[in-house]
Amino acid sequence: MIPDLGKYAAEVLSAYGASLVILAVLIGLSVRRARKVRRELEQLEGRRHETD
Amino acid sequence: MASIWEYANPVKFIRTTDRVLPWVAWLAGACLVVGLIWGFFFTPDDFRQGSTVKIIYLHVPAALMAINAWLMMLVASLIWLVRRHHVSALAARAAAPVGAVMTVIALVTGAIWGQPMWGTWWAWDPRLTSFLILFLFYLGYIALWEAIETPDTAADLTSVLCLVGSVFALLSRYAVNFWNQGLHQGASLSLDKEKNVADVFYLPLLVCIAGFVLLFIALVFLRTQTEIRARRARALLARERMG
Repeated sequence: MIPDLGKYAAEVLSAYGASLVILAVLIGLSVRRARKVRRELEQLEGRRHETD
Repeated sequence: MASIWEYANPVKFIRTTDRVLPWVAWLAGACLVVGLIWGFFFTPDDFRQGSTVKIIYLHVPAALMAINAWLMMLVASLIWLVRRHHVSALAARAAAPVGAVMTVIALVTGAIWGQPMWGTWWAWDPRLTSFLILFLFYLGYIALWEAIETPDTAADLTSVLCLVGSVFALLSRYAVNFWNQGLHQGASLSLDKEKNVADVFYLPLLVCIAGFVLLFIALVFLRTQTEIRARRARALLARERMG
């Protein structure tokens, strides 16, 4: 399945592995914070409507 | 036709980007999957670099985005300084961690490629050094936003820092041309066909670049929405506390 990368296999695979992990962490953290802040704002807006 | 300044309205910005974001995100994912699979599995080894040429599909798009993310922040910062639109300051803030991550990927993949090709992980070459300084500017920019409590003051000071850092963003791009020394070769993509990367690597590289650009746009939209909501939440909390 994986093409023959020859003597540089470790370098190529580690470059891909590190980059994909770093990108996944960035995307994951961005989505998690987006959901958290959205939920918090909805709660605050809800409380505001109750008191108005 | 709607003026671009309409999107300086936070509600309008969120409503529009909410509609566009899923499409951009899916397109980014598709381009990245297609480009990386194409480049990794279906392109040959280079006669000099061997299989390490496959690192180009990550290194070049990440480096390109590292520089252009800063330039996008520069434009947004200038808009903030001149027109005082909060969305532009928040968009610059939202883009900084994405740009920093792109810089890290460019530095890491460059080092991994450099070890077998240049015989060293790192060299104080003009382009590498200016890239490292650009990364430090990203960290400084993010830290400055976190360190200052008054949002408008933070936006002012980070905008000025962004103007200063732009020198290194441009140096990272043109260092090879300014100083004709160091290990790093010229740009992989060029209008001059002789300098351009070979055709067999060119198309998958273009698809990967499109994927990185779209991913950047999707993340900046999402993170700017988050910053706008966080700002609104802070304002509501402050109002609650005041009774």
